[in-house]
Amino acid sequence: MSEQSSLLLWLVLLPLLGAIFNGLVGRRLSSRWIGFVGCASVFGSFLLGLVAGRPVFASGGEETALQTVYSWISAGGLNVEVGFRLDALSLVMVLVVSGVGLVIHLYSIGYMHGDEGYGRYFAYLNLFVFAMLTLVLADSLPVLFVGWEGVGLCSYLLIGFWFEDPQKAAAGKKAFIVNRIGDLGFLLGMYLLYSLSGTLHIESLRQAASSGAIGPAAATAACLLLFVGATGKSAQIPLYVWLPDAMAGPTPVSALIHAATMVTAGVYMIARLNFLFALSPDASALVVLVGAFTAFYAATIGLAQNDIKKVLAYSTISQLGYMFVGVGSGYFACGIFHLMTHAFFKACLFLGAGAVIHALEGEQDIRRMGDLRRRLPRTYATFLLATLAIAGFPPLAGFFSKDEILWKVLSSDSQALWAASWVHPLAYALTLAGAALTSFYMFRLVFLVFHGQFRLPAEKHVHPETPIMTWSLMVLAALSVVGGWGGASLLGVHAFEEFLWPVVGEATEKMAALRPFAHSHSAEWLAAGAGVLAALAGWLLAWRFYLGRPGLPERVARATGGLYRLVLNKYYLDEIYDFLVIRPLSALARFFWKVIDVFCIDQIGVNGSARALGWLGQVGRRLQCGDGQVYAFWLVLGGGIVIIYLVVVAGWF
Amino acid sequence: MSAVLFWIFGVAALVLGMLVVVLPNPVHGAVALVGNLICLAALYAMLQAHFLAMVQVFLYAGAILVLFVFVIMLLNLKREELGRPRVTASKIAGMALLGALGWIFVRALLALPRVTMPEAGVAFGTVEEVGRLLLGRHLLGFEVSSVLLLAAVVGAVAVAKRRLW
Amino acid sequence: MITLQDTLLLSGFLFFIGLAGVLVRRNVLVILMSVELMLNAANLALLGFSRNLAEGTGQVLAIFVMTVAAAEAAVGLGLVLAMFRHRGTVDVDRMRGLQG
Repeated sequence: MSEQSSLLLWLVLLPLLGAIFNGLVGRRLSSRWIGFVGCASVFGSFLLGLVAGRPVFASGGEETALQTVYSWISAGGLNVEVGFRLDALSLVMVLVVSGVGLVIHLYSIGYMHGDEGYGRYFAYLNLFVFAMLTLVLADSLPVLFVGWEGVGLCSYLLIGFWFEDPQKAAAGKKAFIVNRIGDLGFLLGMYLLYSLSGTLHIESLRQAASSGAIGPAAATAACLLLFVGATGKSAQIPLYVWLPDAMAGPTPVSALIHAATMVTAGVYMIARLNFLFALSPDASALVVLVGAFTAFYAATIGLAQNDIKKVLAYSTISQLGYMFVGVGSGYFACGIFHLMTHAFFKACLFLGAGAVIHALEGEQDIRRMGDLRRRLPRTYATFLLATLAIAGFPPLAGFFSKDEILWKVLSSDSQALWAASWVHPLAYALTLAGAALTSFYMFRLVFLVFHGQFRLPAEKHVHPETPIMTWSLMVLAALSVVGGWGGASLLGVHAFEEFLWPVVGEATEKMAALRPFAHSHSAEWLAAGAGVLAALAGWLLAWRFYLGRPGLPERVARATGGLYRLVLNKYYLDEIYDFLVIRPLSALARFFWKVIDVFCIDQIGVNGSARALGWLGQVGRRLQCGDGQVYAFWLVLGGGIVIIYLVVVAGWF
Repeated sequence: MSAVLFWIFGVAALVLGMLVVVLPNPVHGAVALVGNLICLAALYAMLQAHFLAMVQVFLYAGAILVLFVFVIMLLNLKREELGRPRVTASKIAGMALLGALGWIFVRALLALPRVTMPEAGVAFGTVEEVGRLLLGRHLLGFEVSSVLLLAAVVGAVAVAKRRLW
Repeated sequence: MITLQDTLLLSGFLFFIGLAGVLVRRNVLVILMSVELMLNAANLALLGFSRNLAEGTGQVLAIFVMTVAAAEAAVGLGLVLAMFRHRGTVDVDRMRGLQG
């Protein structure tokens, strides 16, 4: 079933070596070398993934390749080894991370050309890939957490890449800090699991779960804690606030980290720990609810944004919600499937947006774009394909993955006691509405950017398309088209699901409870139809608004007045957080600083003891008066006290 | 009989001691001290320490006090230089302390029984007896005190010299 | 008859008188003489105890005390002379050179 492989360590280490190389000597080398090393290391990981994954492919997902590198912690009862596990699930992740990552690396050669921090950029990018690979290949929770933290660190470094701008630096800090809050939940979940089962090795945990060492209440608690970590990393409510701000980083960073890889870590973690979530229907129901609500909520915010990257950011948050709906309902393979297709088309969209920004020399406001389809034809074509994919038009990838989730959530029921009959229908309604909204805002983006009138100043120079960037876009667009055909369950193709079945099948079966019209093929086609209708509705509405009647958007915005402003300002959530959380904490910190540190410790403690000693010295100084008779008096006094004591108190007489 | 004498000399010694401390002129004080020492010598004799009494008169009154008077005369202090007594806090506190200690002292002693001292034998206090002890049992002290005297002489000369060679 | 109690009372009074002189007077010479008074009081006590116990050792000790008193008087008076030559006064209150 499993065999040892010594390639896994190299798979993980190659990007790290690339990062060290570019970090240390990058300054002295020409940008050609930097780019070459950066891309070659990721390419090497991709190849090693294919090679090491051969037995896994050959056995249809049954085989796993393992490698234990060394014993990391050995303290009392806690034994943690650094080990890697390449099974069907992690193989999919490895290929997505390194594959899409490679494309983005190549794209970055064109995008970041001429930037001062070129070497630093590729070093960080490689470091990120290293951390992400560690995360997905980890066979125990602490090693996973190392990768978890590593990607958080790299996102800070990369978001705040142009750190001389204080706003961009602040965005980096915000990402890291909000992630940290989630990480606390993850850590607590880990501790709970350890205290229950005495191990943190994932396979051992699986056995502990099946043997009943983890009761349902404890499993619920652990799942909820871990999910808190996932909301931080994967930008769900309530910890999603960092992701829109993270658009301050270079666009390829947004593509890699905030579309394809890092934000999917939360989804991956739940899929990895499927046996745990299978033990807790309550926690899984909550995951579904949060995911569905986030999907809808983020889509509404995306409607009104005017920055091209912000629209895509909220779109990412929304699509991540779909993935959580998938894994929360127990259909882990569906969630991962959507993860994969989303990586393709979202990366394509972000890179396309980057191409537009690059061509317009930094302009990001879509109100100031227009009619770029003639000037940037290949960018337009790939962007359009990716938009069709995300909106869910068949036969592109997004259709299959999104509809799979919609169908699964409609056709099953939750086993949670508190939410049994209404969770899934509600989730279906929210996700279906979200699909319509997705289609609407994505086509709004396309029409405003590429169609219509050229709203920039006439003399504005539009750079021609860079070949390497265009080539990357085409690869991703192609994947957006064909990437879903491995999981087209509508047409009876279940290859993807079957491939992952050895890893997630048991948990999926445990969690699936059936409703009357489940497994009915006609119902499935109907549901698919509903999805396509939603996509069409969105497209038509966007056409009407942005190509048909030019004045309509402003009229609607004015008519809805307050609601429009609410959505435009992202429901003022950042401001709410600032008021509820950040100000009290700042006040508390200021208290600790001014009162306790400066006053109590410094003034009273340090300076105070110095002054006290000085005072004592001054007092003592007075004792030396130079007058011998006074000294004689003190002598007599001392002796007298002794005598008085002896005679009166101790009664020597 | 001996008690009466004892008290006569005792009171005299006390009064003369008071005078030493009280009189402003140190010459007068020295004279009072001489008287005090002689009274004490009488007391020593009554305590059957005849040799000591003699030594007291020769040595203390005869040599040490003479030295004192000599130096006082040498200094030749004028009336004005003697200065007025100053009253300070430490002096008042000191007197109070001495008062307290004195009171405790008296109370403690009065608790002792009033017994006559036993007979000490004829040879007690004689030159022969003291000499035997001094050069016998306490020979070490004898020798050490001679060294002490040597040191004192050298020291006094060194301190009082006008100019070092 | 002479009792030890009386002797000790007398000795104590003399001692306290001498101590008072040391604490109160300003003239160095008077202070020295008060010290001699204290030493004599001690001698008296010693001899009283010696008689009471019929031990000759007390008298020997008294001799030593006298010796020490002599040595101390010699050196002390030498100091007084030096003091007078240096400062022109024998007032203790003027001798505050070690005041810190």
